[in-house]
Amino acid sequence: MKLELRGITKRFGAMVANDNVNLVAQPGEIHCLLGENGAGKSTLMNVLYGLYQADGGEILLDDKVVKFAGPGDAMAAGIGMVHQHFMLIPVFTVAENVILGHEPTKFGGLLDLEAARAKVREVSARFGFEIDPDAIVGDLPVGVQQRVEIIKALIGDAKVLVFDEPTAVLTPQETDELMEIMKQLRAAGTAIVFITHKLREVKEVADKITVIRLGKVVGEADPASSANELASMMVGRAVDLDVEKSPAKPGKPTFKVEQLSAWNHSGTKVLDDISFEIHEGEILVIAGVQGNGQTELTEAIIGMHGKTSGSIQLDGRELIGKNVKQVLDLGVGFVPEDRTEDGLVAEFTIAENLMLDRSDRKPFAKGLNINLEFLKKFAQEKLKQFDVRAQGIESKASQLSGGNQQKVVLARELARELRLLVASQPTRGLDVGSIEFVHEQIVATRDSGIPVLIVATELDEATQLGDRIAVMYKGKIVGIVPSNTPRATLGQMMAGITA
Amino acid sequence: MKRVMKELTGGNAILSVLAVVASFIVGGILIAVSSESVQTTIGYVTARPSDFFTALWNSVFGAYDAMFRGAIFNYKATSFVQMIKPITETLAYATPITMAGLGLAVAFRSGLFNIGATGQIIFGAMFAGWVGIFVDLPFYLHFPLAVLAGIIGGGLFGALVGLLKATTGANEVIVTIMLNYIAGMLLSFLLKTPILQAPGSINPVSPPVRDTSKYWFFLGDQFRVHGGLIAMLLAVVFTWWLLNRSTLGFRFRALGHNPSAAKVAGINIGLTYVLVMGISGALSGLAGTSQVLGSEKFLTLGVAASFGFDAITVALLGRSNPWGVLVAGLLFGGLRAGAVTMQANQGVPIDIVLVVQSLIVLFIAAPPLVRAMFRIKESKKEVAK
Repeated sequence: MKLELRGITKRFGAMVANDNVNLVAQPGEIHCLLGENGAGKSTLMNVLYGLYQADGGEILLDDKVVKFAGPGDAMAAGIGMVHQHFMLIPVFTVAENVILGHEPTKFGGLLDLEAARAKVREVSARFGFEIDPDAIVGDLPVGVQQRVEIIKALIGDAKVLVFDEPTAVLTPQETDELMEIMKQLRAAGTAIVFITHKLREVKEVADKITVIRLGKVVGEADPASSANELASMMVGRAVDLDVEKSPAKPGKPTFKVEQLSAWNHSGTKVLDDISFEIHEGEILVIAGVQGNGQTELTEAIIGMHGKTSGSIQLDGRELIGKNVKQVLDLGVGFVPEDRTEDGLVAEFTIAENLMLDRSDRKPFAKGLNINLEFLKKFAQEKLKQFDVRAQGIESKASQLSGGNQQKVVLARELARELRLLVASQPTRGLDVGSIEFVHEQIVATRDSGIPVLIVATELDEATQLGDRIAVMYKGKIVGIVPSNTPRATLGQMMAGITA
Repeated sequence: MKRVMKELTGGNAILSVLAVVASFIVGGILIAVSSESVQTTIGYVTARPSDFFTALWNSVFGAYDAMFRGAIFNYKATSFVQMIKPITETLAYATPITMAGLGLAVAFRSGLFNIGATGQIIFGAMFAGWVGIFVDLPFYLHFPLAVLAGIIGGGLFGALVGLLKATTGANEVIVTIMLNYIAGMLLSFLLKTPILQAPGSINPVSPPVRDTSKYWFFLGDQFRVHGGLIAMLLAVVFTWWLLNRSTLGFRFRALGHNPSAAKVAGINIGLTYVLVMGISGALSGLAGTSQVLGSEKFLTLGVAASFGFDAITVALLGRSNPWGVLVAGLLFGGLRAGAVTMQANQGVPIDIVLVVQSLIVLFIAAPPLVRAMFRIKESKKEVAK
């Protein structure tokens, strides 16, 4: 089935999220929708899926205009969507999840689970998925869960399949497998819309590329273009994707983690006997697929994780047993992975966010009062120094773009006397320009002789930013290797295979 | 819940005003419907429509006119004292409601849904009352000590909630509701023991507080308004300072808006819960002192009246902003004072005022309804989120 979006316009108040967007996806073709976060990709797909109503333009299926009042209509018309965040119920079986929303019934309104199982088996066999219809979804690896999502879409007889940033949670191997599945689907005549901002993937599978920037289609690109060319189209100016940094000049190892283990609330071991050290003036990247203990490791370092054993030492002082405030006071800068949730108070102004960690002491506090004069001066200075694009220091954090929010977090964390910088996925969801800036700041911090710990889930960032890379898998460190280790080796390590 | 909380504490002032207007309109309709003359005249409305419209006008205008005369200025009264008495009554009612409302505003802004103003008022009143009744000191020591005792009493009872939340993760809504009962029962028990009961009395009533512990009745004894009014204004300024200028209030607000970011920034969440609830309870305790050392002069079972619940509405109507709470508190004081006159003069049931108060909550909790009634567009910010 051919999908055509013609002149789609979607406004939110004064903001135009989609401005006259045109896109055609032919059957048996993978059409990549490439754009930075916030470019309007997801809005466009939500319009297609009936979640939003367009302010202008039309959707055509096989050259017939259709109107979707909700996702139900879109599904009935043959549009399937594999969401970035899986829409699955973890405690249900595969078969139960797949039939959710259009449950087959037998006589008397009883649920016909046998029919559901048969369908799952049939579709899995067709694509070689090997999925047990009775497995509980929550027990399955992430990559397999995604296949359940795909089966769910296919069982609804989807002729157009939309993949919304599907590789964010996958290992490099799982990503490769997904690419294969997409190629199979293409061969079976499905029209595929693949939304992503990862250039490597685009180059691998795309038949056509539509680049979207600030809600507008900026043009179609040839899949043979270089990554730098595609990035430049996406950003609208020439960009250099490589991180510029001189070789590290490591000093003394001032940050040491020894035999660190941690348990979660239900008593499961989430960190298993982790040991590593970072030298002054060195960046160690913790690489790995999300959810393999990286979050727990950073939590343990800053004193937020409950049950831990082992030792974490900074400048010879033990961090375990200290609370967050004491750890920060020892000179730890922390950039959390979820900046809107853990890094900023969205309703606070930029100025207020800049004093979040030190509101109770001089110079931010003057007796019991907030030192408003100092805060104003400080905030204006930081705004300039970190090139935060905002109307002023009284702008709320929620009004800033992701890149500018991250600059505020960095400005705050780097303003203290640092002895260690911990940054978790510091460029997640940022535009290319901000990524460059964040990388520069991190390298500059390293060059000032501070040990830096970065958690990265994208291999490119790990290899470019790191001086050494420690790969984590299921709470363990699989190995610590130099940053020029081949991708394939790193990919295997991320899947738990020791190098 | 989070979204509701945001709407209640962060919504804009115009919606609050419109919610009040809408409530008065609906209240007017109810007054008309319940009026006997309107009911009779509607029977022959086609024959003599003027009768019907006159009756309609008389019932609604009459009721709201009576309310005005009861709450603000009685232009029909013969003496000056009687003329200004209504506004002083309004202020007398507004004093405890506003104080407790401020307490709840502090909690709401910090993300804690404190429903326990009733219990905290009772504790403040018990502590202040005990000092007022049994301690013998000169005025300049006795009065401040009694007020301080009330503040501490309410504060401790509030801080207990924070402590329970910090140590056990107990939900503050449930805890405060239950503590309201406990406070009420404890008061009822103590008023039957020699600890608080007036000697020789068979009723659950305490002896009057000593004159040295009372608020200053600056307009004389024929008015019920007293020095608590000044304390209330000070409390408004204090709350404004706390929330907008102090570093402590900054941490309260950080906790209210985003507890996880506050935690990552090294703010001690547990301690902050205790402090928020302590200060919140202390302001309600102050409301208790205004009752026992001012308006009532002794402890009874009804010392908290319905102020604890009115305070919730007042805090919501004032969008948890201290000045907004003051305006809302004055409005509620007026409604209470006016309701009495309305019933006495026009035979309009006092419950109509309760309905109006409830409608205000309803309209505030359902902003789209008010927007639809007054055809206001949602602001861009809210749509784009």
